[in-house]
Amino acid sequence: MTKKLMKGSEAIGEAAVQSGCKLFFGYPITPQNEIPEYMSMRLPQVGGTFVQAESEVAASNMIYGAAGSGERVMTSSSSPGISLMAEGISYLAGSELPVVIVNIVRAGPGLGGILPSQGDYFQATKGLGHGDFRVLVLAPWSVQEAADLVQDAFDLADYYRNPVMVLGDGLIGQMMEPVEFRSDRTPIKELPPKTWAATGCDGSRPTNIINSLFLDPEELERHNHKLKAKYDRMVADEIRVATYGAEGDFDVLIVAYGTVARVCSTAIDELREEGLRVALLRPITLFPFPYEAVREAAVQARAVLVVELSSGQMIEDVQLALARSRPVHFLNRMGGMLVSPDEVVAKAKAILDGRSAEVFHG
Amino acid sequence: MAETVFARPQALADVTTHYCPGCTHGVIHRLVAEVIDELGVRERTVGIAPVGCSVLAYNYFATDFHEAAHGRAPAVATGVKRARPDLIVFSYQGDGDLASIGMAEIIHCANRGEKVTVVFVNNAIYGMTGGQMAPTTLPGQVATTCQLGRDVATAGHPIRVAELISTLRTPAFVARASVHNPLVAVHAKEMLRRAFRYQVEGVCFSLVEILSTCPTNWGIPPAESTSWLEKNMLPYYPVGIFKTPESGSREPRPLPA
Ligand SMILES: Cc1ncc(C[n+]2csc(CCOP(=O)(O)OP(=O)(O)O)c2C)c(N)n1
Ligand code: SF4
Repeated sequence: MTKKLMKGSEAIGEAAVQSGCKLFFGYPITPQNEIPEYMSMRLPQVGGTFVQAESEVAASNMIYGAAGSGERVMTSSSSPGISLMAEGISYLAGSELPVVIVNIVRAGPGLGGILPSQGDYFQATKGLGHGDFRVLVLAPWSVQEAADLVQDAFDLADYYRNPVMVLGDGLIGQMMEPVEFRSDRTPIKELPPKTWAATGCDGSRPTNIINSLFLDPEELERHNHKLKAKYDRMVADEIRVATYGAEGDFDVLIVAYGTVARVCSTAIDELREEGLRVALLRPITLFPFPYEAVREAAVQARAVLVVELSSGQMIEDVQLALARSRPVHFLNRMGGMLVSPDEVVAKAKAILDGRSAEVFHG
Repeated sequence: MAETVFARPQALADVTTHYCPGCTHGVIHRLVAEVIDELGVRERTVGIAPVGCSVLAYNYFATDFHEAAHGRAPAVATGVKRARPDLIVFSYQGDGDLASIGMAEIIHCANRGEKVTVVFVNNAIYGMTGGQMAPTTLPGQVATTCQLGRDVATAGHPIRVAELISTLRTPAFVARASVHNPLVAVHAKEMLRRAFRYQVEGVCFSLVEILSTCPTNWGIPPAESTSWLEKNMLPYYPVGIFKTPESGSREPRPLPA
């Protein structure tokens, strides 16, 4: 297979097309416009359909209709737009519909700014809409991984009949890197036919109804239990982590995800050259969060450093995992400012020298 | 003694705007500011800025302002006006903001007859996000999400907002104007003056749609953008008054010769 130099947003779009995504509904918002623009050009070439929705509220309900018809469907947006999709996402989860949602996070709150941020970690992992539901959240750190995760996301969505979110930032969208699409790729899950889809009933089966309304509380509770069992299966089977520099011994464990983890890997190279033992653990799935993996890696270190582009969100999950068994330190930037490798190096050294104070959030 | 015959309106802040060369957002700002000055209401005017190229309007007008979420300016305006009916409230919105994501808010604001004024800037494109198709993009017009030109078979026809709003039964003042040359800009100012006056007198909701240029995302040189507007937009978007509270008429009236 040959590698092709692609922009992250194009790779995300192409990955969706390669996955058999036939429909895209979205509304323009920076910094992810290149995804709908790519899809508007590409989908008609493969007999697919692109619709520019009148709003993200509408887009999230359009994907509901398309997914309920059994088609592979995607939308993409950025933070303020995802907030507007909260309604649709809740209904999608309640009705158990498979969709892929790409969220190229920008800095907030409110209109915020258009530069990279990780300020929507809480929203993505714990609060994408009203009601008791979860969405699988995948966080790539490279263009290739973004393309791979989008393809996996379609399989996971279909398998679990659940929305899957691919969470990136403007860096992932704009970066150009070589990407490979394997023509011999097979689904990562065994996917049963979508016999539940509302595709028109000719009398050969009972009618299929796509629905999240359960007026009988006992029935709704059974539905809630069924959903919970599904989320438990995700926790048991879908956790993905990567490590960097964790082969030998290490004194400090950095936990970071997405493009920030990449910055940290550069810092780790520098630290290792100076003989300082620092390693990285990178959650790829943010829900389910790799609590166990964080705990297992952290016990090998003296201290843990969480690096985030937020005021401190994933750090709460890290602290939950560690239950105060290791001191947790924090390095962050906000507002669209990036963490530099130098800042990570300096922070790691400060921890090793006892010049950094641990933090207690939450 | 020299007499000042031309000065910056008081309601316009003394700052440089970020608008592109050839963009008429700035002209429209000035007309609105002049009208606010002439009516003597600057101190009790509150503007609502949209999300779009004019998102920073709150820096360009020397009046109090709110920044609203995308499309929600008419709802914010409703909140302000209901809380303080003595204030003069106007929203300033682009076509994506008003006619796409904010269509529900504008229709219901107009239908409730909120006594606010809406300045609706129609440039047939999404400016701020880089040239995607707007609900007002002309048939065949190229945009980044319709790279072969707007196909009315799948994207529908461009929405004529002034005509649409004027079908509502609630009394209102609804007009369309343009600013592609000084003569029509004088008419545009007259429409804005009438719109604001109806509000000052507590009569009705008012909306003025103003055709505007976006050379950057139309992909043409600034100097050609006004003639592009005249040639392509005017035939589809006729200027004139579509509705007055007195007549209730929704027949377009031509620009007086
Ligand atoms: C909920 C939400 N969705 C999308 C956006 C991105 N966005 C910013 S401005 C804009 C459209 C601007 O176009 P228009 O209203 O026509 O104004 P113009 O820039 O042309 O003056 C969009 C889609 C946003 N800020 N919030
Ligand atoms: S992008 Fe278009 S609407 Fe925005 S400032 Fe430039 S010319 Fe004006």
